[in-house]
Amino acid sequence: MAHTMRRRILTGAAAIAIGTLALSACTSQRDDDGGTTTEGDVDSTFIFGASGEPSSLDPAFANDGESFRVSRQIFEGLVGVEPGTADPAPLLAESWDVADDGLSYTFQLKEGVTFHDGTEFNADAVCFNFDRQNNFTGLAQSESLSYYWGKLMRGYADTGTSIYGGCEASSPSEVTISLTQPYAGFIPALSLPAFAIQSPTALDEYDADNVGGTEEAPTQSEYATSHPTGTGPFQFDSAAPGEQTTVTAYPEYWGEQGQVQEVIFRVIGDTTARRQALESGSIDGYDLVAPADLGALEDAGYTLVNRDPFNILYLAMNQADPALADIRVRQAITQAIDKEQLVTQVLPEGTTVASQFMPDSVIGFNDAVTTYDYDPDAAIALLADAGFTEANPLTLTFNYPVNISRPYMPNPEQIFTNLQSQLSAVGIVLNPVSNEWGEYLDLIQGGSDHGIHLLGWTGDYNDPDNFVGTFFGAQGNEWGFDNAELFSALTAARGLATEEEQAPAYEAINEQIAQFIPGVPLANPVPTLAFDQRVTSYPASPVQDEVYNMIELSE
Amino acid sequence: MLRTIGRRLLLLVPTLIGLSVLLFFWVRALPGGPAVALLGERATPEAVARINELYGFNEPLFIQYFTWLGRLLSGDFGASIQTGRPVLEEFLRRFPATLELSIAALIVAVGIGIPLGYWAARKHGKAWDHIAVVLSLIGITVPVFFLAFIFKYVFAVQLGWLPSDGRQNPRIDATHYTNLYVLDGLITGEFDAAWDAVLHLILPALALGTIPLAIIVRITRASVLEVQNADYVRTGRAKGIAQNTLRNRFILRNAMLPVVTTVGLQAGLLISGAVLTETVFAFPGIGAFLASSIFARDFPVLQGFILFIAIAYALINLLVDVSYSFIDPRVRVQ
Repeated sequence: MAHTMRRRILTGAAAIAIGTLALSACTSQRDDDGGTTTEGDVDSTFIFGASGEPSSLDPAFANDGESFRVSRQIFEGLVGVEPGTADPAPLLAESWDVADDGLSYTFQLKEGVTFHDGTEFNADAVCFNFDRQNNFTGLAQSESLSYYWGKLMRGYADTGTSIYGGCEASSPSEVTISLTQPYAGFIPALSLPAFAIQSPTALDEYDADNVGGTEEAPTQSEYATSHPTGTGPFQFDSAAPGEQTTVTAYPEYWGEQGQVQEVIFRVIGDTTARRQALESGSIDGYDLVAPADLGALEDAGYTLVNRDPFNILYLAMNQADPALADIRVRQAITQAIDKEQLVTQVLPEGTTVASQFMPDSVIGFNDAVTTYDYDPDAAIALLADAGFTEANPLTLTFNYPVNISRPYMPNPEQIFTNLQSQLSAVGIVLNPVSNEWGEYLDLIQGGSDHGIHLLGWTGDYNDPDNFVGTFFGAQGNEWGFDNAELFSALTAARGLATEEEQAPAYEAINEQIAQFIPGVPLANPVPTLAFDQRVTSYPASPVQDEVYNMIELSE
Repeated sequence: MLRTIGRRLLLLVPTLIGLSVLLFFWVRALPGGPAVALLGERATPEAVARINELYGFNEPLFIQYFTWLGRLLSGDFGASIQTGRPVLEEFLRRFPATLELSIAALIVAVGIGIPLGYWAARKHGKAWDHIAVVLSLIGITVPVFFLAFIFKYVFAVQLGWLPSDGRQNPRIDATHYTNLYVLDGLITGEFDAAWDAVLHLILPALALGTIPLAIIVRITRASVLEVQNADYVRTGRAKGIAQNTLRNRFILRNAMLPVVTTVGLQAGLLISGAVLTETVFAFPGIGAFLASSIFARDFPVLQGFILFIAIAYALINLLVDVSYSFIDPRVRVQ
């Protein structure tokens, strides 16, 4: 036995020695791989660390960021966005005309475009896709599947509520889509991956509409798991669920192919694990860098890329609380907060102070909106006026979430602490209540038992209704007020036909909101991506419309 | 023997029924409930009410329980809220990764633990013995996730010797049959892929194997010490039996009995330890998926996976008892 033991130890030592040798071989493996796959010296495989796996590769049945990230490589819609902005721009449609009544849109389509299965992209394919979504039935209509069609088209053929009027192909390169009601957000909405044009042949062949399971946990079709077919610069290659999704360059792509020939989306759920994966070289980049990691990554020479913020962080005031129903109290809170201090102390570099409940790039942003400057003395005076003094201080519940990071709220605990100290300084007594994210949303949106709280929103596309309409469009538990004037103004603005009509309407609404003070718009925090040094250019987009044929690599 | 196994398997039934009751009510007691988990942050109370109505979350709990149990018995574990795929499929897809990692951790624990414990016992009272005891104590007390972070930071991030995450370098194009990556590489002759998978296993296996390793060192050491001083060993020594025979036949074989039990128990515990290790190393097994399911309130996955793990644990225990009776015939008589 002693002999065997000794032999085992020797074998072990040998294994360690071989291991060390092989490890040094392994570090150089990355460089070796690159040289074989492309012209030049660039490793054409780009590996992105995703925080989760896509829920569906059929964009019509997806509404989450991770699905759209992959969809945007494979699919294209009629409308895209102007690079680096949230504004609509031609993509598969080269141009469009809107009828005077705002009810029909005629698109001139790009010619010579093919789907990844070799079939031709044309007007019939466009109609097939729009008709398909409008004709979803049963389970396919649920919010967990065709969320965007349901929300934006307000229904389906068989529910009788859909504002989709029909689609007509007048020639292979001209198509007219009609609506039954004017909808000013239609063109920008088409830039969402949910409205991407997919191959009718592939949709049919792989039974794309065949979704199963239940509404709470729907199961995907064969098409959505292994045959998504679009016109984009990359075609689907393979998916190892929970591990990675791979797409490769589509050689027949109509546009510029770029340097990247293969993209691997690796699933790494934990934020720290994503950072370490970048540091150890196993990924080329990742999204939503934690503010606490920014300095260290920058010092270590990683490339940090900021997206233009397309979001809003706000402090909401629940008017179901009698004290908050008093506008003097709401104004006092507004004047007690030094937004500059909040931004410089606890939010990522590049974050801007917000004056209204939407970022400044959204249609209807009001440059001349009423603002309330930081003025603690005025706040104390307003509170005294409302009957709150040192002897009888205003006491409020302050709700905030814990253990969560959102693009508009990277560090709720720190934001809370900062605001707490500012509000205490004017004599407001706060009763902090923190909850886990899911629980937090239930508390805020499910009932009236809350005071002031932190929340926010990231926009889907350039549409004011997507911001203020979401917050103040109807009576709800979050804000606890009933302002018929505001609700009807928002309903009317939503139905306007053109951006020219929308802009002044929403500017007026923003002023109305500023006068009413439902809450304090705080900031538009910058979401940051981090990349390996070899990534010299990344097409950051406020609405995350980032297509990887635009990436530039140096090695 | 077969009757014993049969009886043990039958005993599994009430255990699993009890567990199913616990799992069911625990999930229902989660704040917010399944409707909000499904509908997301901006769900209106009306939408939540509609989902609750549609899926019977408003029904009396015991009716919901029997409906759920009925579906389980017909093999329908529901679908994951996060991925939309059946829970059973998700489990089977990820289990090979966890199995591979657990085997690697067990190899670390047994391969180092038994020789080290044996050695410490032979050097009883000397400096090396003390070092082994102190090291094993540290191994038991340091939490797995902390160790995992340290290993990863030192060996992957700072030194760059080993990969920090995943099961295989994504740049390697490997063929998979069994989804046990090392085995797949060996079967297909893609030795670089197999080696790459081994490299990816080293750090997580060390982290996951540390606690069982430490426990095995202590048990082996104590057991060998006890047997060394037993009367029959002294008698054997007095009769002039060769040192090697004495060590192999007398001491080691008898000392191994409690060690085998410990190894079995630790093998079962590895799966629960994998939750933290897999999360830290982004290792795509059932552990990492369980962790993300907790945050996503993916209750069908939590319920299903915990049931599967319980069954696996029970089967491992059964296996240990059976193998025990082979090593020690006295057990069989009872």
